Amino acid sequence: MKQWHLFLAFFRVGMLGFGGGPSSIPLVHKEVVEKYKWMNDDDFSDVLALGNALPGPIATKMAGYIGFRVGGYLGMINAVLATIIPTIVLMVLLLTVLNTYKDKNWVQGMASAVVPVVGVMLGVLTWGFVQKSQNSMGWKITIILLAVSVLLLSVLGVHPAIVIGALLGFALLSRNPGQEKQVKAS
Amino acid sequence: MIYIQIFLAFFIPGVLGYGGGPASIPLVENEVVDHYEWLTVSEFSEVLALGNALPGPIATKMAGYIGYQQGGVPGAIVGVFATVAPSLILMIMLLGLLMKYKDSPRVKKMTNLVRPTIAVLLGIMTIGFFTNAYEGIGIVQTGLIAVCSYFLLEKWKVSPAYVIGAALLYGAFFLGV
Repeated sequence: MKQWHLFLAFFRVGMLGFGGGPSSIPLVHKEVVEKYKWMNDDDFSDVLALGNALPGPIATKMAGYIGFRVGGYLGMINAVLATIIPTIVLMVLLLTVLNTYKDKNWVQGMASAVVPVVGVMLGVLTWGFVQKSQNSMGWKITIILLAVSVLLLSVLGVHPAIVIGALLGFALLSRNPGQEKQVKAS
Repeated sequence: MIYIQIFLAFFIPGVLGYGGGPASIPLVENEVVDHYEWLTVSEFSEVLALGNALPGPIATKMAGYIGYQQGGVPGAIVGVFATVAPSLILMIMLLGLLMKYKDSPRVKKMTNLVRPTIAVLLGIMTIGFFTNAYEGIGIVQTGLIAVCSYFLLEKWKVSPAYVIGAALLYGAFFLGV
C-alpha cells in the first residue's frame, strides 16, 4: 500500500510538473507534506537544501531520497521510476513519429518554427541564472565570473567540466569566509 | 562502446549540473552535439522543444530519448542511470555528512561560484539557437516567433506546452511550403 502511494504521489509530480525539475518542487511538497504527511515542513526543507548542495537533477534526488525514507531501497527505485518513466516514454514515441515523417515539408516547418521558441526559453533561463548570482554575490563578482567564463569557454574553448571543476575546487579549498559569517555581498 | 559513450555523455552533466536539471541542458548539448556529434543543433532543439512541452524533469527526458536514439532501450536505461544515479547515491550515502554542512558557507559558495558559468553556457546556447533559426527561416520569422513566444510565456504565463503546440502548428502551415 505504501509503495502504491509512493508511486501515485511521484507519478502525479512527474505528469504535472511543466518546466523541468525545479518547477515540480511545490508539487512534491503538496504530495509528501500535505497529502500523505510522510514528513513535516522542516524535514522537507532539509531535503531540499540537501538536494541543492549536490549536482544533478533535483526532481530525481527528491524522489529517490523521500522514496528511500518512506519505503527503503524499493521505495527509492519506485519513486524515481514513477517520476521519470511516463514522460520518457511519451518523448520517445512522439519524437519517433516525428522522425518518420522527417522529409515531409510540414514536419520541417514544424521543426524550424520551434527553434526560436526554445531560444526564448533558454534566454529567459540564462537571465534567471544571472539574476540569481547577482542576488547572492553582487554585480561585481558576477560580472567578473561571467567575463572569465566567456573567455575560457568561448574564446579559448576549454571544456566546461574543467571550468566548473576548477571553481568547485576553489570554493572548497579557499579559506572559509569567517566562520559562520554571511558571505560578503560586495 | 556506445554504451560507455552514452554513460559518459550523461554522467558528466549529471555530476557538474549545479542548480537542477535545466542547468545541465548546456552541458548535455556540449557532449551530444559538440563532442559526440550524435545530433545537430536543430535536432537538439527539437528534443529540447518537445522536452519542454511535456511535463516531468527535463534532464531525464533528454537522457532517455537521446540514449534510446543512440542505443535503443538499453541506451535509454544507461543514459537515465548516468543522469540520476551518481547524485542520488551521493545524497543517500553522504546524508549525515551533508546534514552537517548543508548550511556551511563553503557549500553555498560552490553553488554560487558555478552559477555565472552555467549562465554563460546557456547564453552561448541561446545565441546558437537564434543563429540557427536565422539561417533557416530568416530574420522576420525568427523575430516574429521569438517576440510572440516571449510575451505568451513570460507576460501572460501561458504553459510551455501550448506555446510549443502553437509554434508547431504555425510551422506546419506557414513554414512548410
